[in-house]
Amino acid sequence: MNNVAVAERLPGQPAAAQGSPPQLSVNNIEVIYDHVILVLKGVSLSVPKGEIVALLGANGAGKTTTLKAISNLLRAERGEVTKGSIELEGERVQDLSPNDLVRRGVIQVMEGRHCFEHLTIEENLMTGAYTRTDGRAAIEQDLAMVYDYFPRLKERRFSQAGYTSGGEQQMCAIGRALMSRPKVVLLDEPSMGLAPQLVEQIFEIVKRINEESGVSILLAEQNTNIALKYARYGYILENGRVVMDGEAAALRENEDVKEFYLGLSASGRRSYRDVKHYRRRKRWLG
Amino acid sequence: MNTRVLTWLVAVPAVVIGLGLLFQLLSLVEPSLYFTWAYYLEVLIGGTLQGVMYSLVALGFVLIFKASSVFNFAQGSMVLFAALTMVGMIEWGLHWTLAFLITAGVMVVLALVIERVVLRPLVNQPHIILFMATIGIFYFLDGLGQTLWGSDVKQLDIGIPRTPIFILESVFEGGILVNQFDIVAAAIGGILVLVLAIFFQKTRIGRALRAVADDHQAALSVGIPLKTIWAIVWSVAGFVALVTGVIWGSKLGVQFTLALIALKALPVLILGGLTSIPGAIVGGLIIGAGEQVAEVFLSTFIGSAIQDWFAYVLAMLFLLVRPQGLFGEKIIERV
Repeated sequence: MNNVAVAERLPGQPAAAQGSPPQLSVNNIEVIYDHVILVLKGVSLSVPKGEIVALLGANGAGKTTTLKAISNLLRAERGEVTKGSIELEGERVQDLSPNDLVRRGVIQVMEGRHCFEHLTIEENLMTGAYTRTDGRAAIEQDLAMVYDYFPRLKERRFSQAGYTSGGEQQMCAIGRALMSRPKVVLLDEPSMGLAPQLVEQIFEIVKRINEESGVSILLAEQNTNIALKYARYGYILENGRVVMDGEAAALRENEDVKEFYLGLSASGRRSYRDVKHYRRRKRWLG
Repeated sequence: MNTRVLTWLVAVPAVVIGLGLLFQLLSLVEPSLYFTWAYYLEVLIGGTLQGVMYSLVALGFVLIFKASSVFNFAQGSMVLFAALTMVGMIEWGLHWTLAFLITAGVMVVLALVIERVVLRPLVNQPHIILFMATIGIFYFLDGLGQTLWGSDVKQLDIGIPRTPIFILESVFEGGILVNQFDIVAAAIGGILVLVLAIFFQKTRIGRALRAVADDHQAALSVGIPLKTIWAIVWSVAGFVALVTGVIWGSKLGVQFTLALIALKALPVLILGGLTSIPGAIVGGLIIGAGEQVAEVFLSTFIGSAIQDWFAYVLAMLFLLVRPQGLFGEKIIERV
């Protein structure tokens, strides 16, 4: 454990948010796939209301699994939360179906976008409003809001999603989630396979959405650099455990984070071979 | 899209006229082949109307395949079961409209039971497992229907006129003979398809159904409950089976062979594309018309009973040339 800027916090207690209960808190969950494969070994985190929290880590660290545990898409992949609890505004939600969770305001934007290829962009957005019961007018209003955030989608609204670009599909996936009037959006790897400039643009919009509509965002990213630029707080996962957490600004300055995730170090850039070696030695020394 | 419609508008008459000219030529070479344009048209229309029936069966398959990627082998036995149930109700002395409504209800209940008992425990299993399960459903329904209602051939009469009529008498000498029953059947099929198209394109549930067809996981992530959707799809397929059963049943009598018309739907599906509703319809029409025309005009040369194999050969050719079918969803590949 290598906690930064959290000295005042008791061990085991979720970070941030003193006072009112956090929007979303995950307490020491363990996830097992297929009854045998232990993927998460006690992950705790919390998302305060109206903030962006980043979940960082390499491939296979358990970022996606954590998000899927929260949105309960795990069960469709034979995964199971076997220990710990997940709470939305202080209420246990881990036994709810994805359908109920979306109704309660927790929605996931899956990694790799997953737009409905043969539906038009507008139809895609409308599927996001499936669970809503507050009438056509309100839904139309939100559609206009999504088009305001993503003017590009408005231009392409009658195109089949399968024929739009990667960036447009990512926008469509985020817009589709917004159509459900979420409180918490679980955003999985929005930068995947996109040009750096486009990534920046999408993050700017996400930031704007967060500020204007007060949606809390739990962001899983491999691109540590950009994630820490936009998030307020960050957790770093490794092998299914949170190994480090802290304010984004503090994490950005931390030597280990710089070394492993930002590719920088005090002595300038190192070659990849050196980094690997360093890392391996450090593991052995514990 | 519009160019595609235009292509069809040009291509269909072109093929029809082209084939007509070919047969005319053949009739000059081989005097025993009887060909007049009126007769040709009559065969063609008769075949197309017959094809509507194939379309209806294929439609049931497409609905379920689209939403759950399950090839529902039991569609044929659902047709038989629906028809048997309805005839049974009529035998109890109910008016056919009432019997129809009750049977529709029975089909919905059946769909719910299938979803609960068969599909839900098999979620996440490979498609072949689900396919095998539907074979099980096929034999179960087949047996259940005949146990409940008996295995005799039954008459189903809901008052569709059967007398043949002549049309286009001013154009062709003697006119063209068309079976009124086939016209009514085609009209019913047309209305059903129209209703389904509106349901799929315009309603919230329809949109959700298409979303599930595209990507189960993503559908789940936006809060679309798969179980509900599957129950709805099987209910709709059950209703389509009922309509098919009523039409086929009143044409051929309600009997075991109704379950086997499913086999005729296979080539229709390959031709039209497994995932396309318009494909199922056009595929049915092409096969219906094609096999009639082939039977009448080609049997002089290659022997009769062409009807029995024509559809399958056509399907095989399509598998070689265009495996996704005429309307099957193209696998979208972005570059």
